[in-house]
Amino acid sequence: MSHLTAHGNQINPAQTGTQKVSGKQAVWQEYQKEIANDRYFYVRSCVRQNFFPAAEWTFLKILRDDLGKTVYEHPCHTTCTGIGYHSDIIPLDTLMTVVARQFALMTEAGYENFVPSCVTSFGVYTEVLETWRHFPDVEEKVRRYLKNATGREFEKPGNLAHASDVFYRFRESIASQAKYRLVNQHTGKPLKVVDHIGCHYAKMFPQKGIGGAEYPYVLAGMIDAWGGEAVDYPERRHCCGFGFRQYFVRANRGYSIGCSKKKFNSMQPYEPDMIITNCPGCSLFLDRWQYAISEIEGITYGKDGFGIPVFTFEEVAGLVLGYDPWDIGLQVHQAAIEPLLDKMGVPYDPDKKYSDIQGRPLGRPNKPKVLKVF
Amino acid sequence: MQDVRIREGLKACINCGTCTAICPAAEFYDYDPRVIVSTVQTKDDDAIKGLLKSDTIWYCGECMSCKTRCPRGNAPGLVVIALRSLAQETGYFVQSEKGRQQLAIKRTIGEWILNHGYCLYLENIGTDLHPELGPIWDWQQRNWVAVMERLGAQYQVEGQGCLRKIPDDTLQELRKIFEITGGWSRFEAVEEHSRHIALEMGIEYGTSGREAYFHHVYSANSGNHAKGEE
Repeated sequence: MSHLTAHGNQINPAQTGTQKVSGKQAVWQEYQKEIANDRYFYVRSCVRQNFFPAAEWTFLKILRDDLGKTVYEHPCHTTCTGIGYHSDIIPLDTLMTVVARQFALMTEAGYENFVPSCVTSFGVYTEVLETWRHFPDVEEKVRRYLKNATGREFEKPGNLAHASDVFYRFRESIASQAKYRLVNQHTGKPLKVVDHIGCHYAKMFPQKGIGGAEYPYVLAGMIDAWGGEAVDYPERRHCCGFGFRQYFVRANRGYSIGCSKKKFNSMQPYEPDMIITNCPGCSLFLDRWQYAISEIEGITYGKDGFGIPVFTFEEVAGLVLGYDPWDIGLQVHQAAIEPLLDKMGVPYDPDKKYSDIQGRPLGRPNKPKVLKVF
Repeated sequence: MQDVRIREGLKACINCGTCTAICPAAEFYDYDPRVIVSTVQTKDDDAIKGLLKSDTIWYCGECMSCKTRCPRGNAPGLVVIALRSLAQETGYFVQSEKGRQQLAIKRTIGEWILNHGYCLYLENIGTDLHPELGPIWDWQQRNWVAVMERLGAQYQVEGQGCLRKIPDDTLQELRKIFEITGGWSRFEAVEEHSRHIALEMGIEYGTSGREAYFHHVYSANSGNHAKGEE
């Protein structure tokens, strides 16, 4: 596989071997990564499948139907236990052996390109592989654990990429099939997009993320390719505040909402049209904490009492490709997404928003006290 | 000190404080990761034991921002994870309000993993425990099966897909992995130490569901944690 540059151009190893690369170009090359071209083994996310299941459906549909790629999901795969590990209820040996089981399923199915939906999972798989690289005796111990517990054996992935890396690789292909762009139909100007990268994408292992930890380009690359303009605001790299135990335990949630509020206060002066994230937890918190802040303090961060709409990268790709907003799951967001659809010129049927698969109405959710919704 | 996370995450800290400057937890809580690393580096058993019994080690959000910026390549967050493991192995975690919360995490995330194959399984988890999830979540909960079908999930269906039914033999493999690798014994230790402290505190403890001790550790907040609080 060849390396991809920030703009998706392939670097020819023969060329790089004969030409001297220096300065910023050389530095930037250190923060590129290999992303497999096809035949992916996909593992689902604990958070995404509960809160944004249609985002995973959209990812797989685009990959298979619009990009013509092969992707396999094993019925017997599970969580990586990463949320449990980072909430400290799961020991490292347990985490590593569950990860080894996922790799065994991949090996048995004849795949080697491992693609997690979740950013915490991506961090976990990266951490485990790095631990084994530094401590081969630990890898041997885990192989024994897995064999004893399940009888399974495994090969390590030939390629590990987060799902957002995969769409980053194909962002120009998606752009070439675009029905809508991240452009305001009323003004002709690029939409202003906040990109939020999950901490575990590259903060632990900067060399494993496109652009590293300081200048991650995985989402900004999609924004650029699809016509938008990334907003560079002071707290762009601050954590959303998940903090694992800091969110799950009620007594700790002030930490979580405090982090998100710091980001909202920092981004609001730039009047972003939307937020896009690659981490399922960040999508949830940046959406729901806007609601909670509006209820607690009466503050809203979008225009005219609305919130700033928050999207997963799969949902944004789906919108660009012309998918129905309700097919890709935008009806389960709390901050209204209609203002963004109107700006992009994406059509939608308001009467179908809260319907079942046959189009029968399921009743309407109550309205928040302060945050405006449709 | 044999934990690989200590060996990877702590190499001659120079006490510069960069980790504290970047740390989201240090901004919110009365918390300083530099001091934690410095304390571990001293190898002073009494001081480390004090950490294990304290709220301090439970303030970190494990975002790992500290790893990015440390000029020595240390990862204070990894050191914290190792200390939290030790606190649960020794039982010291029940000596602090924040440490005692591990029971709530075991009873939710821990048990969801073994019962459903994923860290979260949120049917019937409503806005009583998570009010921030908002009226849209109430609507989703009221119409869980229909909404999941509309969103392309394969809820409780065998085969592939979101929220599918995880096969029994897969759950048995997970359980066996937990038994062999220490996951199960950590669960047992958390329950056992929690039972003892609940008795001492005079709060109802049980194993069948969400008794008074669960709700206590889930919600109790002395107000002595954040910066500026007494």
